[in-house]
Amino acid sequence: MSADVRIRPLGDAAWTIELPDRIDPAVNSRALELASRIETAGLSGVRDIVVAYRTVTVFIDPLGEGAALVEAALQRIAAETPADRGVAGAHVEVPVCYDQACGPDLDDVAAFAGCAVEDVIARHLALTYRVYLVGFVPGFAYMASVDPTIAAPRRAAPRLKVPAGSVAIAAGQTGIYPAETPGGWHIIGRTPVRPFDPERAEPFLFHPGDEVRFTRIDHAAFSRASQWEAR
Amino acid sequence: MSALTVIRPGMLTTVQDLGRWGHQGLGVPVAGPMDWYSHRLANQIVGNEPGAAALEMTLIGPELEAEGSVICAVAGADVDVSVDARAVPLNAPFDVPSGARVRVGGRHHGARATLAVRGGIAVPALFGSRATHLVSRMGPFGGRPLAANDRLPVGDAVAGDARTGGKPLPLPYGGSRLRIMAGPQRERFTEDAWSTFTHSRYTVTPQSNRMGYRLEGARLTHVESADILSEATSIGTIQVPASGLPILLMADRQTTGGYTSIATVVTADLPIAGQLAPGDWVEFVACSREQAIAALREREAALTAKPH
Repeated sequence: MSADVRIRPLGDAAWTIELPDRIDPAVNSRALELASRIETAGLSGVRDIVVAYRTVTVFIDPLGEGAALVEAALQRIAAETPADRGVAGAHVEVPVCYDQACGPDLDDVAAFAGCAVEDVIARHLALTYRVYLVGFVPGFAYMASVDPTIAAPRRAAPRLKVPAGSVAIAAGQTGIYPAETPGGWHIIGRTPVRPFDPERAEPFLFHPGDEVRFTRIDHAAFSRASQWEAR
Repeated sequence: MSALTVIRPGMLTTVQDLGRWGHQGLGVPVAGPMDWYSHRLANQIVGNEPGAAALEMTLIGPELEAEGSVICAVAGADVDVSVDARAVPLNAPFDVPSGARVRVGGRHHGARATLAVRGGIAVPALFGSRATHLVSRMGPFGGRPLAANDRLPVGDAVAGDARTGGKPLPLPYGGSRLRIMAGPQRERFTEDAWSTFTHSRYTVTPQSNRMGYRLEGARLTHVESADILSEATSIGTIQVPASGLPILLMADRQTTGGYTSIATVVTADLPIAGQLAPGDWVEFVACSREQAIAALREREAALTAKPH
C-alpha cells in the first residue's frame, strides 16, 4: 500500500481509508476511484460507502460473513488504485438570484472582502467549483474552492433557519441548502432548483466529483422557475 | 387491513426500521432505532422480520386504538403497558382486540421502548426504508414524530409465529459504562485527554436527542485544532469540538462531520447508550476490536436465548 494511505477502524462497524490531509481535486478524485473499486469488488457485508474530501468510509455488518476479511481487501484495493481516476464528473449549471432579498449576507461578505457587493457576485460567478462531498443533509454539496478574497469564515452566530435553496459561502467552500435547516454559512443568493427532490427521477442534483458553475438570474426569472413555493 | 390510530402521541414517538442504508454518500442519514437490540427483540416476539417497521417511544409513550385485532409486543425501557386499562407484560406478545386501546406510560427505567405489531407498520418506504429522520424530515408522515389521528396501517409480512424468547436488554440504572474503540482521531488528543476521557464520569445533558448526546464533565484537550476536513461519522462516534466537551453521535447523526473524534462506542453497547436519559451518568471503557466483536456475539446470543 502506498505510504500516503492509511486504513483505520471507525468503531467495529466501519473502516476509514485516509488519503493525504488536504482539499485537493487529485486526492478527492483518487478517493472516488477507490470507492468505485470497492463497490465493484462486491465485498460481502458492505452496507454503505461514503466519500469525503480525503477519505473513503466503508460500513460493514461486523458479524457478517467475510467481515474479518474486509480490512485486508481494502488494503489490497487501496494498493492497486492509481492516483488518477481518469473519469470526469458531470458538469452542472446552477441559476442563482443574487438580489439582497435572496442574499442577506452579501453586505457582510463585501465588508470582509473590502469590495462592492457586485464584485462579490462577480467573483462567485467567475470560478468552476468541484463537489468534494455530499453530506450534512440529503443533497448538500460541499464545493470548493471559492476566490480567497471572498472566503469569509463561518458566521459568528449561526441562523436557526436558512431558507431552502440558499446559496452560501464559508471558509473557502460554497454550497446550497437543500432544505430549511439551521446554518452558519453566509447567504449570498438563492437558486430556484432543488438540490434534493425525492419525487424526481434523479433525486440528487450533485454527486461527488461534479463540476459546478453558477449563472446569474434576476428575481423575476427566479420566481418563474422556483421549485420551492409550490410545496 | 388492520391499523393503529394515534389517540395521544406521547412525548416523541417515531416509526423506525433498521435504518436507511446505502445512500449516506449523498447525504442521506441512516436514522433507525436508538436501541437496535430491543427493536429486533420486539419484532422477534411478534413473529416479524428483524427489520420490520415498529414504533420507538421516548420517555412518555403513546395511546393507540386498534382497528381490526392485532398482536403487539413492547421491549426496551421498563414501562407500564395496558390494553383497555388491563396491564400486559413486557417482552411477550399480547392481543389488542379491534377497538381496544394500547397505552404505554409509567416509565421505571430506560429511556426508549419499542412497540412492534405483528405484520409490521406498513407505511411507504423511502430509499428502501421506513425509518424517520427528524432533522431532514425523511420518512413516513413527512419525517415528523407521530401526532394525534395519524393512522398506522398494519402489514401482513410475517416471518414466523409470535413467541416469547430472547433476554430483555439489561437496562442502565441511572447510568452505564460503555465500551469504546479508540479513534479515528485519537492521536489528535493529548495523552492526558485520553486518560481523562477513560477515567472520568460524564453526564448526559438535556441538550440530547436522537441526533446525539451532549455530555458534561471533564474537558478534553486537543493537540492542535478541534477541526478536521469533514468525513463520515458513525453511530457511536464521540466528537469533541473546541469546547472540549464530548458529543456522542446517535441514530439521527449527520452523515459527515468536521470535528475530531476521540473514540467510537461499540455496536454491542449502542442499545445501552440508547436507553440513557438526560441526567444519567456514563463512563467509557476502552476495548479492542476483538473484544468488541465478542461482545456483539454475546448480545446476539442473548437475543435468541430460550425463555428464562
